[in-house]
Amino acid sequence: MMRHTISVLVENKFGVLSRISGLFSGRGYNIESLSVNRTLDENVSIMTIVTMGDDRVVEQIIKQLRKLVNVIRVRNVSEMDHIEREMILVKVHATQRTRPDVFNIVSTFRGKTVDITNESVVIELTGANDKILAFLNVMEPYGIIEVVRTGAIAIGRGSKMTSEMK
Amino acid sequence: MMTGAQILIESLKKEGVDLIFGYPGGVLLGVYDTIYDSDITHILPRHEQGGIHAAEGYARATGKVGVCFGTSGPGATNLVTGIANAHMDSIPLVVFTGQVATSLIGGDAFQEADIIGITRPIVKHSYMLTNVEETASVIKEAFHIARTGRPGPVVIDLPKDVMAAKAKFEWPEKVNLTGYNPTVKGHLGQIKKMLRLLESAKKPVIYMGGGVVLSEANEELVKFSEITGVPVVSSFLGLGGFPGTHENFVGWLGMHGNYASNMAVSDPDFILAIGTRFSDRSTGRLDGFAPNAKIAHIDVDPASISKNVQIEVPIVGDCKAVLKQALGEIDKFNWDKNASARKDWRDQIKAWDKEHPFDYDRTADIIKPQYVVETIYKVTEGDAIICTEVGQNQMWAGQFYKFKRPHQFISSGGLGTMGYGFPAAIGAKLGCPDKEVFDIAGDGSILMNIQELTTAVQNKVAVKVAILNNRYLGMIRQWQNMFFNDRFSHCNLECQPDFVKLAEAFGAVGMRIDRKEDVENAVRESLKIKDRPVFMDFTVDRNENVFPMIPAGASVSEMLLMKK
Ligand SMILES: Cc1cc2nc3c(=O)[nH]c(=O)nc-3n(C[C@H](O)[C@H](O)[C@H](O)COP(=O)(O)OP(=O)(O)OC[C@H]3O[C@@H](n4cnc5c(N)ncnc54)[C@H](O)[C@@H]3O)c2cc1C
Ligand SMILES: Cc1ncc(C[n+]2csc(CCOP(=O)(O)OP(=O)(O)O)c2C)c(N)n1
Ligand SMILES: [Mg+2]
Repeated sequence: MMRHTISVLVENKFGVLSRISGLFSGRGYNIESLSVNRTLDENVSIMTIVTMGDDRVVEQIIKQLRKLVNVIRVRNVSEMDHIEREMILVKVHATQRTRPDVFNIVSTFRGKTVDITNESVVIELTGANDKILAFLNVMEPYGIIEVVRTGAIAIGRGSKMTSEMK
Repeated sequence: MMTGAQILIESLKKEGVDLIFGYPGGVLLGVYDTIYDSDITHILPRHEQGGIHAAEGYARATGKVGVCFGTSGPGATNLVTGIANAHMDSIPLVVFTGQVATSLIGGDAFQEADIIGITRPIVKHSYMLTNVEETASVIKEAFHIARTGRPGPVVIDLPKDVMAAKAKFEWPEKVNLTGYNPTVKGHLGQIKKMLRLLESAKKPVIYMGGGVVLSEANEELVKFSEITGVPVVSSFLGLGGFPGTHENFVGWLGMHGNYASNMAVSDPDFILAIGTRFSDRSTGRLDGFAPNAKIAHIDVDPASISKNVQIEVPIVGDCKAVLKQALGEIDKFNWDKNASARKDWRDQIKAWDKEHPFDYDRTADIIKPQYVVETIYKVTEGDAIICTEVGQNQMWAGQFYKFKRPHQFISSGGLGTMGYGFPAAIGAKLGCPDKEVFDIAGDGSILMNIQELTTAVQNKVAVKVAILNNRYLGMIRQWQNMFFNDRFSHCNLECQPDFVKLAEAFGAVGMRIDRKEDVENAVRESLKIKDRPVFMDFTVDRNENVFPMIPAGASVSEMLLMKK
């Protein structure tokens, strides 16, 4: 089982999100995260889907996505030179005593503290999946109250559009 | 300016539609008012499910797109089984559903159902028409999507206000779909690679399926098989795609296919699969399916390739187009390369077939269901369109009728929809009035859309229904007999209507046949009736099982054969 990041360019039409999420649930593929956004072209949206599966499953996922009439392009960005980022907001227990340690870790990870109370802080952090996981791991002992994640987005390196890359 | 409803009907005419099946309702009254003035033939089924299966039968028999209508809410939900069936078996359909006015959508209005949501996993594509200006282009796209590539059902939801709104009718020159562009021609390099592997194979077999029927690649396939000398095995839905009497035809594989076909795919060294999706009913357990073979696969749907079985040589394209390309290259190869090994292989297959052909006890005094099918084959000289219900009747229809041409065999393969055959036969007969059309039926299945007798009587549709009446849900009884220690839970249909009187009550012809010597005569008599449906109620052996049988999840080596 490998983690794959799939970039899907779709026509911005009625029901397209449910067609894609329904495809995953109906065929038993898992979705680790899914993000949908506008692109430069207002008629087109881009989805970044992170899924787990062996090569055969991922091959089927990509073929099934391509079958959807409203899907324009599908790229398995995991197979190309790419940049992937996710942003998270984490609420962590932090008392006067532990606060300095927490701040220290946040700055090591180049995160930002965006809210603070007597018992807690909210931290904003951006990074690739491994960095996010490492950060959550280190924060764990302090007591994580809540995590909200955007899900990954990805772009290919170089001057070509991701959807045009091989 | 025209109303949306008028644009819709004009668009259907532009698409060459001359026959539609539909059932009216509140939100569709505007559309029906327009249909009232139009010269398109509209058939009123007596249940929307009957309507959509009739549209499927029509599409299957003619190769054209089937069209049906149902109103919002229950009308639309009654269409769901037919949509799922068309999706499974790749049947081109355009399905129009009524919808409440756009301003009411989401408010739980009277007869509102989110049919786009309900059908999302079982459509090739769907549209909610929200702007009257888009009516013509959406319909043109829908027909294009339904019939090209891997065919399938397209649903168009028609809100009431959009059908009443006005716009100019402009028929678009062409469709413009960025995300949809099915591949027709195959990659020549891959085709040559396939031919090279086939050339050097010693035990090759062609495994063909429904795609050959859909693309009408039968002539090309016959040529290809004759030149290369490769035997042809079909799936159940491929029947008719290769002549059943051709000497290269081995039969059909799978759970209830013949011994020779199943043996041929259990250890060949090369398989050329053409337009088939390697369904579990045809392959059996995958590790027993051609473990030592290299496989090339021609299919228009890339997702069918390597879905269940790993493929060495994928060839994405239309069966007919790719076979034409292959025939263009075929002289460059030496088809006598392994002549003697190939001959041994063909002889081996012939020997297998001799050993265990499709068979039954021909000496029995009571009517064997297989005998009924065989008699229909004989009397119709193999030329009738054969529809089936689901169950044992369906398997015997496939086993004992030999098909000549594509579109001759109409059966619910992937979904296994009881109640499909009779309305499908009505649709097939309306599409091919010059052909004899039979529904080989079970006594259980036929009751699932029996109301369509009225449709057939009203429209003088002279279909013949041959009920193989075993007073059982026979296929269920067979499984309970073989795998559940004869614990016959709820498969006994001893309480049933008098089918003869029932047919007569509807205004059709009814016959009961309980003696073997009357079977042939009854079939001949039925052919004389040209203006009404005929129900033939054959009292058959209650305890007959379908053989051979490869139990679900088993492999070819576990095939159960008829006791001799
Ligand atoms: C009770 C019961 C028992 C059954 N037993 C058996 C059995 O023993 N054996 C058996 O085989 N089946 C059996 N079936 C049927 C089975 O469930 C499947 O429906 C059937 O095997 C599918 O056949 P197929 O893959 O060839 O056709 P389809 O399901 O029609 O698939 C067609 C394939 O062709 C492709 N295609 C479509 N159009 C084109 C084109 N123009 N060019 C190229 N490719 C194209 C499609 O993409 C698809 O991959 C049984 C069904 C029932 C209800
Ligand atoms: C709508 C539907 N419900 C249930 C089934 C399960 N099923 C498959 S075959 C069968 C029995 C069919 O009985 P009958 O029509 O009498 O045919 P026979 O097998 O006796 O020829 C049943 C219940 C089905 N295929 N479709
Ligand atoms: Mg029965």
